[in-house]
Order: sequence, then structure tokens, then C-alpha cells
Amino acid sequence: MTQAPLLSVTDLSVTAGDRAVVDRVSFSLQPGEIMALVGESGSGKTMAARSVLDLLPPGVRRSGGRIVFDGQDLSAMTPAQMRAMRGPGIGMVFQEPMVSLNPALSIGAQLAEGLELHRRLPRDEVLRLCRQMLARVQINDPDRCLAAFPHEFSGGMRQRIMLAAVMLLQPKLLLADEPTTALDTLTQREVLDLMVELTRDNGTAVILITHNLGLVGRYAANAVVMEQGKVVEAGPSRDILLRPQQPYTQTLVGALPRRGPARPVPADAKPIVSVRDLEVVFPGRKRMFRPSHPVHAVKGVSLDVRPGEVLAVVGGSGSGKTTLGRAILGLVPARAGHIQFAGTDIAASDRAAMRRFRLACQLVFQDPYSSLDPRMRVGPIVAEPLRHAEDMDRRAREARVAEVLEEVGLAGFADRHPHALSGGQRQRVAIARALVRRPAFVVADEPVSALDMTIQQQVLTLLQRLQEQHGFACLFISHDLAAVAQIADRVAVMEQGLVVETGTRDAIFDNPQHAYTRALLEASPRIEDLAA
Amino acid sequence: MRVRANAVIGGTLIGLLVAVSATATFWTPYDPLRINLRARLRPPTDLFWLGTDEFGRDVVSRLMAGAATSALVALLTVAAAVILGVVIGVLAGFVRGWLDRVLMAVNDTLLAFPGILLALGLMAVIGPNKWGIILALGLAYSPSVVRVVRATVLSVREREYIEASRVIGNSEVYTMARHVLPNCVAPIVVLATSMFGWVVLAESALSFLGLGVPPPAPTWGNMLSAARPYLDQAPWLSIAPGLCIALTLLGINLLGDALRDKLDPRMGAA
Repeated sequence: MTQAPLLSVTDLSVTAGDRAVVDRVSFSLQPGEIMALVGESGSGKTMAARSVLDLLPPGVRRSGGRIVFDGQDLSAMTPAQMRAMRGPGIGMVFQEPMVSLNPALSIGAQLAEGLELHRRLPRDEVLRLCRQMLARVQINDPDRCLAAFPHEFSGGMRQRIMLAAVMLLQPKLLLADEPTTALDTLTQREVLDLMVELTRDNGTAVILITHNLGLVGRYAANAVVMEQGKVVEAGPSRDILLRPQQPYTQTLVGALPRRGPARPVPADAKPIVSVRDLEVVFPGRKRMFRPSHPVHAVKGVSLDVRPGEVLAVVGGSGSGKTTLGRAILGLVPARAGHIQFAGTDIAASDRAAMRRFRLACQLVFQDPYSSLDPRMRVGPIVAEPLRHAEDMDRRAREARVAEVLEEVGLAGFADRHPHALSGGQRQRVAIARALVRRPAFVVADEPVSALDMTIQQQVLTLLQRLQEQHGFACLFISHDLAAVAQIADRVAVMEQGLVVETGTRDAIFDNPQHAYTRALLEASPRIEDLAA
Repeated sequence: MRVRANAVIGGTLIGLLVAVSATATFWTPYDPLRINLRARLRPPTDLFWLGTDEFGRDVVSRLMAGAATSALVALLTVAAAVILGVVIGVLAGFVRGWLDRVLMAVNDTLLAFPGILLALGLMAVIGPNKWGIILALGLAYSPSVVRVVRATVLSVREREYIEASRVIGNSEVYTMARHVLPNCVAPIVVLATSMFGWVVLAESALSFLGLGVPPPAPTWGNMLSAARPYLDQAPWLSIAPGLCIALTLLGINLLGDALRDKLDPRMGAA
């Protein structure tokens, strides 16, 4: 600790209007150190980091405190000096790789932009550096990549390109704002490993803004935990994760999903939903003068869901798990295969059987912000499925809606609009809507992955409790193995449209057979690993 | 707070317009059609509050009488364009497929003509009267509504709550009416309010070409065009109807804003 810190932030306050979003926050960072800034949404972690770069959204401003970076006081800098500092001094990687690259410019042009602006190098030198950096972030064909446009790359590739663009300028500090939240577990691992390697070689310090405690344990030496604009706890990551001192940190660590004891499942129960050789093909984008390439999203999947069990489908993005769920419910047409519900074949031709099946099934969506009609109130949203319950009169429906809202902990919320609810509350509304008709089978498509840690745990526990109470069968689609470990009875692992391994939860987690399953488990960050 | 101010100012302006149009059928200071050659081009005095025109007709009386025609024509035209546009736009956007392609091909062809030219052609067939104008301008302006509605429907139909409605077991038609259409209201209201302005101007252009409401019946549009040669001798002839059109547009726009915010649940409760 003899070295002067690279960055020291003292008593930083940021206000939006009259509200303090960051309240007297202090932390410091040594050169080359990786520090995690942890907190839930609204904790002010992003605002704290952004004020280092002076990149605050309109209406939000720094109201106090000192930020000293590399011996210079950033808070006293002119905008021009600040601009010179961004890039070569401090770089930033954003959360959403789909929108942080300009879709109208080639990758080469975007990579070269920073070098041309800050280093004024000759053209071929710029190209050489770009190629070198792309090879460094494991892009296969750097020359082709330079001429390509962002839409030709997947989220993980884009985030690598973003990383390359920032690291080209060899900044002393990298701000990474939830850089892998939008990516699946395997890609997340690859991108973060790459980030750590690049910054280590270059001696760059990193502030990793994240809500994922597993990542903190794996990558960061130190961590700062924020809640409602204040620093709650700071120190070495190990201590924070294994021996949290403050109640809030304890809640956070306690909110991590844990594997409970396995539930007894009658092994020979007749499946309620059984899927045989299901295939889904998307026609692919039509191109002028070129034949379209059909996408084979699900390539012959067979699985059984027994009454009252939770079958988890796990896999990376693009593995076809979401499509599988929708195809089972008949929301996307299947090209081949059979689906049986309670022993009878559901064919698209038999409309009556299809309708009975539809009415007995429900879907909980991933994004609670877009799955509720913004113009309807909670009560009518939850009541809507009962339109098709012919045997219920108005009083019975109202009573049922009140009962379900009570069950999900939203009694008295019937008159609210979705926009007046938090993400967790909205997801509870979605769950209430799914359960109001007492379905026999529920497909839950990543129901907690858009939510904050502590909220995730609440919703997961709620889903688990309701499932136990009502005994509906559940297809739980997720890429989050920790959540799966908590809720699933059995697990099916999907890779590229195929189920590569199926087994009981404990068999899959303790004794994975397939290489892909092992890779998934390996990439999934757990804090238990720290203790070992 | 801002919302309420919009509604109050807009409501007052439009309320005034409606009141004036209504009273004009029973009473105006002078007969709006009576020619008085001894009192040509009088500046505003206490006898003629806003002066007289080139035939000595009282401008206030003509404005009052014109309000009824102009406002009614504009209102009905906008209503016709919006209803037609919404029906076609929703069909195209929600049904998709060949129907979408055919409707949009026709629509884009219509869109390629300037609205006023299209209206001229239709007027030549229908003949110059109030209903002809409404029909012609309504048809001429509906393609832009179709475009906006279809685009909104296309974006709304991809939201998850539309899929959620299908999962519940709702039919396509019900889903469309209950979940898609209400979420398209905001852009439609915005378009309709600005269209009101275009229509008042288009009606005046048609009158100028002799295809609008036939003279001597006054409309704000034909008063404006008749005043053009006297711009330097009698500027009040242009200013008065121009001001009336501007205030009406202001009122409609403010009222439209307030209506849009009122219809959006996200604005009210916060």
C-alpha cells in the first residue's frame, strides 16, 4: 500500500434534481487492480462510476466530492481536458452489446476512430494495431471482421469487439458496466476471462460494475457494496462474500440460490406432457438474389414432464430452449413431432383438443416490463384468462382474482397500472395471471433473469411455494444454473437444438456426463468455490 | 400541472370556436353576404370591428359564418381520414401476408401523389360542395394515417403482452381490439391534431382554385385567398382569418396533447 492509488474518489455525491443518487461515496483503486462495484438497480453504482468519466445523463450532476485520477483532479477539469482523458486514460465498456456499437459503421471504422482521434497514427499503422487487437480478442478472421458491420456478430462477439476498441487505446482504467449481463453463462465466462487477461497484460485497472456476486468472487480482488447511493461495505471480495458484516450484504449473499434437498418424485408416474421428436425450423431471413437459410432451432427433441415436477431446460443463448417452450405451447409451429397432453395426442388439426390443451397451460415470460399491457390495470390483467372459464360468474371471477393476488403477495394492488409497479411486482402479476385458471402445466421462460438479486430470490421462492401448493408441472427454462439448482427436480441440457443430457438435478450437478454440461457448470460462477 | 394548463387553454379556444360557430347560424353583427360598395376596404373601426373586405362585407360577420364551415369541414375530414386509415392500417399490420402487400402497394401509390392533387382529381368527379371536400380530403390524407397505424401495429404486435394474450386463449380479433389498438392511440392523436391544420389550409387552397366551398359563402380559407391582392392596402383582411386559423390550430394541438396524456396511464398516476 505504499503506491499512490490510481484513482481515488472522496465523498462523491451525485444528485438528480433534489434526490441524492450517490451520497458521499469514497473508494480508491491501485494500478492494475480489479475492483467490483456491487449493488442492485437504483443503488447508484452506475452513476458513481459514470461520474468518474463525467458522463452523467442530463439532469443528473455531480454535487460534491473529489475524484483524483493518476495525480490529476478530474473534478476541476475543463470539458476539453476531460475528453482527452476519455479513451487513453479511462475506457468504458457498456452493458448492452446490441446497441453500443454503431450499426451504420464498419467494425474497422469504429476501432480506428479512437486511435485516429487520440494518437494520430498513420493509416496502415492503425490497421495493423486493429488487426492485432482483434486477433488478441480471439476473432477468427480479423481482416473480414474489419470490413464487417455489427449486425453480423453475436452479442458475445460484439462485446469482444467493444473490449478491443477500448483496449486499443491502452487505458489506465477500464470501467466495465455490467459487461456480460446480457450474455449467457458460457459467453460471459469467455468475455470476462479475456477482459482480465488483456487488462493484466496492459496493467489496466478495472472497475467491474455488477450485480452478480459469483463474478465478484471469481474476478475481483476488492469489492465495494452500494445500497441506495451509499457504500454499505468495502473490502477484499473473499471477506465480503464469505463473512459479510453488514445486514444488507448478508441479505445479498443470502439471496444467492441454494440447492435444497431433492424432492421425492414418483419415478413411474405417467407424464402429463410428453414431447416426441419435436422439430422447429424458422424460414430465415429472405435476401435479394440469394436463397434464404432456414434456421433449425429445435432438431428433434423428446422429453417428458411428469405431474407436479419441475423440469428445467438449461443451455446457452441460441440453444433453442426458448423455442422449445413456445413450440410445446403451440405458439410457434413445429415442423415435425408429436405432443401428448395427459395421454391424448395434440395435433394442430384437432382444434378442440388444441384448445383444451391451451387452456390447461400457461406461460410466464422473461421480461415483466413487456409482458403486461401498459394500458390495463392489474385486476383486469389477472382476470383476463378467466374470460374463457365459462362456468364462473362475475362474482366468482372477482373472488378468484383476489385470491390469486393474495397468494402472490399483491393483495390490494388490483387498481394499479403496471408502470407503477417494480420489476419484481410485475413478475408477480405475470405469475398470478398464469395461475388464475389453475393450469396443469406452466412454462416459465427465464422468469427471474431480468430481476435484481434479492428480488430474484423472492420470486423464485414464490414460484417454488406455489408449485408445491398447487402441484402444477413446470417447464423452467433458464441459463442460470444457480436458480435451476434451487427449483428443479430434473434437468434437461440443450445445445444447438438438441437435448444432450437429461437426468435428476443431483445427477446433473454432481456427475455431469456430457462435455457441454460440464462446460456450463464450470462457467457458472459460485461463491462456494471461494471457500475451497 | 402542465397537462391541466394544456387542457384548459386548448379547451377554451375550441369551446369558443364551437360557441361562435353555433351562434353564427342565428346572429352575426351584419349579414355576412351583404355587399356594400360604399364601405369597401374599411380599416377596423367601432362600426366594423375588423374592417370590411373588397366588397364592403363585414369581416367579423364573415369570420363567424366561416368558422362553422371551416371547423366542420376540417373536423369531419380528419375524422374520415383517421377512421379509414385506422381500419386499413390495422388490417395491413395485423393480418400481414398478401393482404398487407396489396393494401400497402395501393396506399404507397396514393401517398406518392401530393394530397392536394389527389383531392383536386376527386373533386372534379364529386363536384364542389362541402361533402365533396370532406370525402376528397379525407381520402387524400388517409394514406399517411395508414402508414403510421400500420407501423405502430407492427411494433406493438411483437410485444410479449400480445403473445401473453394468445397464451390465455384469446382470439386474434379480441387481442387486436383489446391490446393492440389501444396502444396505438398516442401516435394517431398526434397525427390527427397536426392533420387538422393541413386540412384547413388544403380547404383554402381548394377554394382558391375554385373547387372549394363555392363563393360567396365564407370560409377562413377562401377569405384568406381573397385577401391576398389587398395585402398592402388592407392587411387586416389577411390577419384576421390567419389569426383565427392559427388559434384554432393551437387549441386543437393543446387539446390533442392533453388528450394523449390523459389516455396514457403512465402520465396520470405518477
